[in-house]
Amino acid sequence: MSKRIELKSLDVYYKAFLAVQDVSMVIEPKAITAFIGPSGCGKSTLIRTLNRMHEVIPGARVEGQLLMDGEDVYGPDVDPVRVRRQVGMVFQRPNPFPTMSIKDNVLSGYKLNNSRMSKAEAEEITEKALVGANLWNEVKDRLEKPGSGLSGGQQQRLCIARAIAVEPDVILMDEPTSALDPISTAAIEDLAVELKEHFTVVIVTHNMQQASRISDMTAFFNIAGSGLPGKLIEYDKTEKVFSNPTEQQTEDYVSGRFG
Amino acid sequence: MTDTKPKAVRRLGDVVFANLAFFAGVSILATLATVAAFLFAQSVPAFTGPPIDAASEGFFSYVLPFVFGTVYASVIGLAIATPLAVGIALYISHFANRRFAQVLGYAVDLLAAIPSVVYGLWGILVLAPFLSPTFNWLNANLGWIPMFAGQVSATGRTMLTVGIVLAIMVLPIMAALIREIFLQTPRLHEEAALALGATRWEMIKMAVLPFGRPGIISAAMLGLGRALGETMAVAMVLSPAAVVSFAVLTSTNSNTIAANIALQFPEAGGNYTNLLIATGLVLFAITMVVNMIARWVISRRAEFSGAN
Repeated sequence: MSKRIELKSLDVYYKAFLAVQDVSMVIEPKAITAFIGPSGCGKSTLIRTLNRMHEVIPGARVEGQLLMDGEDVYGPDVDPVRVRRQVGMVFQRPNPFPTMSIKDNVLSGYKLNNSRMSKAEAEEITEKALVGANLWNEVKDRLEKPGSGLSGGQQQRLCIARAIAVEPDVILMDEPTSALDPISTAAIEDLAVELKEHFTVVIVTHNMQQASRISDMTAFFNIAGSGLPGKLIEYDKTEKVFSNPTEQQTEDYVSGRFG
Repeated sequence: MTDTKPKAVRRLGDVVFANLAFFAGVSILATLATVAAFLFAQSVPAFTGPPIDAASEGFFSYVLPFVFGTVYASVIGLAIATPLAVGIALYISHFANRRFAQVLGYAVDLLAAIPSVVYGLWGILVLAPFLSPTFNWLNANLGWIPMFAGQVSATGRTMLTVGIVLAIMVLPIMAALIREIFLQTPRLHEEAALALGATRWEMIKMAVLPFGRPGIISAAMLGLGRALGETMAVAMVLSPAAVVSFAVLTSTNSNTIAANIALQFPEAGGNYTNLLIATGLVLFAITMVVNMIARWVISRRAEFSGAN
């Protein structure tokens, strides 16, 4: 399953501070959408509103509308826990649970929904998710070992396996390769491209080459100055944004004149 | 040919600090060794000297009830204190709003500052009478459990009262330590759990408690150490008898080693003093064994500790 996400004049606040202002966009299913922009432009803040992780921070809130296949994610009777079970997230730094084995890490999200599952079922889910995350061959002989013993790139793929094990509708990646070496980065990028076959993928990246390599759509965010809200400047097909952007700011950013 | 190797620079500050740290470390071992040596040397006359009236049936039958009392009272105390401490720590670190958490944190720290004599007095004068009706109820309704069987003490000064006093005494240090450990849980792991769709409680079960497990064990050991060695509160609350009894509501309770030493020492003479010191050596040994077990439990899962 993969869902279309629609943002309608979304404002994102930390207490009284407006961090992101008036974002309206449609994120297509079965595609990779990249959020790019300089530091502090609110792209990470915005991606965290998509699975309601933003509100985990005290005083953080959202105004406007966020629809997922037409359903209001911020509706009054929507449980954020439910939303997060449909929207997987991969973080900037790999964060497998250090107290769990590789297998338990993969199953951790699944166990939240189904506390009872047969051994065969557990093994099947583990294998499917690890194969999906291109990690199976590297770890199949040490599933009971701690996940923290893997390399950084493997840990990040383990986190992706953990996210896709629950078969979500959307996968969010918040700078998933910023802590990784180039080879691990390439592995994650290949994986992201495979993931879009099944999921809506949204990726925040600092790396413009990465965005141009893997994404179908690119959203450029910018900030007028410190203390001012981040805004969506331009949102279009990736080739268009990188070759022939409409806005001067986008042109300056993608050609490396600032940022 | 001259030596062309670059000489390592020895900076004064480094040397001074390294030596300071070294002596601090060694002083712990030295203190431990002298205490152990003192206990050993002073214990010997208890076995070689003339027989002692108090221990007419031999040292081990003398010390056994005290060993039992010490371990039993501490285990009761810890069984009550550990879940409470974990609960308090969780509440302060993850549920209470910041200002209230701070107030609560101070209150817990204040509990630690109360001297044990005061706890003893409070145990006798307030807690024992207060608990008496509860004890009667436990005996009447749960008397079929051996722990709650027997003739209920009229004063309420029983093993269970001691256990509760001990629990309250070790609670602050445990709660404070565990709170610090829970606050150390990496934000990344908490967010990982939340992003998977964990509720607050599920997040705590997935990320906070497993991460804090070695710390909880360490805190429990510190608490146990204090409970095992606690003298005044136990000596004041219990009216001791030389028995081994699991009943916690009766007025015949085995005393603890520390309380027994405190009660008997002023009147002890000759090698009776040595006998008491020998029981102290036993207490020392119990504490060491308990700590070694705790170390072993923690190291068994070191691979999964999150420290790597």
